[in-house]
Amino acid sequence: MVETTPPPAATRARMSRFTSAWQSDFAWKFRRSPVAIVSFLVLMTLVLGAVFAPLVAPYDPFDPGSLNLMNGFTPPMEPNMFSGEVFWLGTDDQGRDVFSTILFGMRISLFVGFAAVLFAMLLGVTLGLLAGYLGGWTETIIMRAADVQLTFPAILVAMLIFGIAKGITPVEYRDQMAIWVLIIAIGLSDWVQFARVVRGATLVEKNKEYVQAARLIGRSKGAIMLRHILPNVMSPVLVIATISLALAIIAEATLSFLGVGAPPTQPSLGTLIRIGQGFLFSGEWWILFFPAVTLLMLALSVNLLGDWLRDALNPRLK
Amino acid sequence: MTDTPVLSVRNLVVEIQTRHAVLRPVDNVSFDIARGEILGVVGESGAGKSMTGNAVIGLLDRPAQIVSGEVYLNGRRIDTLSPSDMRKIRGTGIGMVFQDPLTSLNPLLTVGEQLIETMREHLPISQSEARERAVKALEEVGIPGARERIDSYPHAFSGGMRQRVVIALALCAEPSLVIADEPTTALDVSVQAQIITLLRRLCRDRGTAVMLVTHDMGVIAETADKVAVMYAGRTAELGPVREVLTRPRHPYTEGLMGSAPLASLGQTRLRQIPGNMPRLGALPQGCAFHPRCNRAQTACRRDLGPTLAADEGRAACWFPVGATETAKDIA
Amino acid sequence: MIAFILRRVFQSVLVLLIVGLVAFAMFSFVGDPVENMLGQERTQADVDRLREQMGLDQPIVVQYWTFLGNAFQGNFGLSYRQGREVSQIIAERLPATLELAFVSGVFAMLFGIGFGVFTAIRRNGIGSNVIMTLSLVGVSLPTFLIGILLIWVFSVELDMLPSFGRGDTVDLGWWTTGFLTQSGLKALILPSITLGLYQMTLIMRLVRSEMLEVLRQDYIRFARARGLREKSVNFRHALKNTLVPVITVTGLQLGSIIAFAIITETVFQWPGVGLLFINAIQFVDIPVMAAYLMLISVMFVGINLIVDLLYFAIDPRLRVDGTKGH
Repeated sequence: MVETTPPPAATRARMSRFTSAWQSDFAWKFRRSPVAIVSFLVLMTLVLGAVFAPLVAPYDPFDPGSLNLMNGFTPPMEPNMFSGEVFWLGTDDQGRDVFSTILFGMRISLFVGFAAVLFAMLLGVTLGLLAGYLGGWTETIIMRAADVQLTFPAILVAMLIFGIAKGITPVEYRDQMAIWVLIIAIGLSDWVQFARVVRGATLVEKNKEYVQAARLIGRSKGAIMLRHILPNVMSPVLVIATISLALAIIAEATLSFLGVGAPPTQPSLGTLIRIGQGFLFSGEWWILFFPAVTLLMLALSVNLLGDWLRDALNPRLK
Repeated sequence: MTDTPVLSVRNLVVEIQTRHAVLRPVDNVSFDIARGEILGVVGESGAGKSMTGNAVIGLLDRPAQIVSGEVYLNGRRIDTLSPSDMRKIRGTGIGMVFQDPLTSLNPLLTVGEQLIETMREHLPISQSEARERAVKALEEVGIPGARERIDSYPHAFSGGMRQRVVIALALCAEPSLVIADEPTTALDVSVQAQIITLLRRLCRDRGTAVMLVTHDMGVIAETADKVAVMYAGRTAELGPVREVLTRPRHPYTEGLMGSAPLASLGQTRLRQIPGNMPRLGALPQGCAFHPRCNRAQTACRRDLGPTLAADEGRAACWFPVGATETAKDIA
Repeated sequence: MIAFILRRVFQSVLVLLIVGLVAFAMFSFVGDPVENMLGQERTQADVDRLREQMGLDQPIVVQYWTFLGNAFQGNFGLSYRQGREVSQIIAERLPATLELAFVSGVFAMLFGIGFGVFTAIRRNGIGSNVIMTLSLVGVSLPTFLIGILLIWVFSVELDMLPSFGRGDTVDLGWWTTGFLTQSGLKALILPSITLGLYQMTLIMRLVRSEMLEVLRQDYIRFARARGLREKSVNFRHALKNTLVPVITVTGLQLGSIIAFAIITETVFQWPGVGLLFINAIQFVDIPVMAAYLMLISVMFVGINLIVDLLYFAIDPRLRVDGTKGH
């Protein structure tokens, strides 16, 4: 395979934006790494499957009307004893098609993961900006809180928040609210690293001339932080966000598996695995196996991609 | 001289395989060092002097390796020894002093522990005897209060003291040859002279041969008996110090010394010669120095300079300074 | 040096006070403890009496102080779920978790350091590459998945090891141990591998990268230049320097083993404090949650403090004088 180096910037300017993106340093590194390419493809397949679940899934597993208990416990690819239907990956104890539940379950897993990271990012970046720019007591309080929270593993913090929120919610609403509580819990457990990085970067930017110029013109503090400093501190944030996403997805799966996450009425992959574990010894292995394999592929591809991304964007390794 | 030289290097070639090309950081280098003699190896960064030292002691980092030539220690060939045999020679046949005393010593072991382990590795002595010798070794290099300080950690010593410890370590197993690779470069100016004098005295007293690698002409002038000037991996000039420095024959050496022969030597610093030494991957055709040489002729652009043998001739140049006849016909 | 110690102790106490505040807030604001404890049939008189008994009619600050005082003595009241003394429940279940954590920790350290040194010394061999690839997988997989995988292979398919519980335990008064019975030891194997695997891969990668870094140092070259044997260079010189930063990180990790035990205990239904905590969350059993929180905090803060002091003792560069004591 011929090795090519990316063309100089002047040539790139003349090409279309897609072509130039394809031939940039970053894309070049991507094309050279089989690990990155495979992970990316796997991840994309899974994500697309999740996003288009309503269209792709052969059944809607959460429509009580379409469920037939008689379909329950059908092994994969074997015709059901009663109705003769064939389910690709089998059915669970309630007659739900495993393939469909996986697709919808992934939806929830990915949704919670993305939303949690977004929340953590918003919270962390805001607090980081405030701490860095305003200094004084604001900074002290925020950073001390961050330090205290960092003494504990994130997953523990998330569990605690979930437990407290559960205690506050009335029983009838608990299942419905579970997803949102999960997002808030994981997000709250993760804001600290964003805050720290942004605060550090803000301290550096604060003393630069463009900020002082804005102050002289009379811009308000909020405007300075938002429109001047923020764009300049975002790049490390994005790298952290990608890694956080991988961790958030795994955190969600873990919490759901433990029973303090997505409920069986709106199961994520973790919940499905929890349910499946109960059938491990009785022979219906597929109820556990397929969700587990899916989670495995999801976790591996996100992690490998994240690892590669971190190396590719690391200025020191160039 | 009928004694076998302590160190004999003959046509030593070291190569590095890179993706694009094969580089030769050491290209046909030859020299001898006799008992008690100090050879200065001088040149710019990247000229190949440290590589030569590493090759002699067998510590070349991969991917560099010796591809041809011979190295003899006290008449015995050492470049073809197995790794375990070579290891036995290191320390007790050849000692080495590195440039930075701060990083040469293990910070978690006391000075005494490092001395004792080196001695007991090579000499059949007991723990307590090794300790006694270690104290004496520290005293010899001028560490005050050696008996107490033997149990100190390296960070408790100043830079100059540390380099003395390093010298003690290099000499404690009684080697016949010491390679000193830029031993004073990382030290304060005030301390440099002391260390060099110490090294010279200790080696003279024991008859240890010294290969002193440095880029500092002043150190060579004061300390060495012979000097080898290296350029782009080859020896440009080789001969007794007084001669080479007062009457240089190779244009490069001449450039180093200044344009006129000097009456006294003193602290000479390198003078700016226009241009830069070429990188190993971008050597010009012919003599490596010709682009910067004000005496270059057609032959220089075409053919590499002559290769210096260990004992004959002086300058690797077709048209050495002060010669009345050319070494080769002009083509 | 004394100043350093005092400062760290002060920080630790501060963290504990803050955590105590959170725990107290849980008590006060999440649900009504009185309602939880009395159940359905209760009269207003019962409620009032219990309220007074529990001191819930006092001002908040006084309540906080009482709470701290009680917590310090290990008194967290009665569990909502079981109706028994929380401190007693925890005391009963703590040995299970501690034994599990201990065995995993040992497993993680031994194999982590062992593999780390091996892959550093033999960087490019096949063994190294295999181990490094497996470690990547080990870091990416969630703990519970590893546990389930192990159960599948060793309990379901091979039927060699138990998949839940502690096996038979021996009661030694205030401690129950699984070390003294065969079934107890067997039951420890899968859970401790599950719990320790993540730590092991972390330690291994850390040891490897530290050691590679150390092996590049000048003093290693100098040691070789003095003709010391490879074994001596690798173990006496390189390893010692490698372990110094490794110990700090490992020590901090040991704290999180205790927290991650929650997951492993759930997978294997191991009757420790982790499983207790999960059940407490599902049931919203506040006293147990608060007690676990305080317990964990004390452990974390304590471990961090000890590790800091240990670091001090090992690295002579941090001490004031430069000599080794006799």
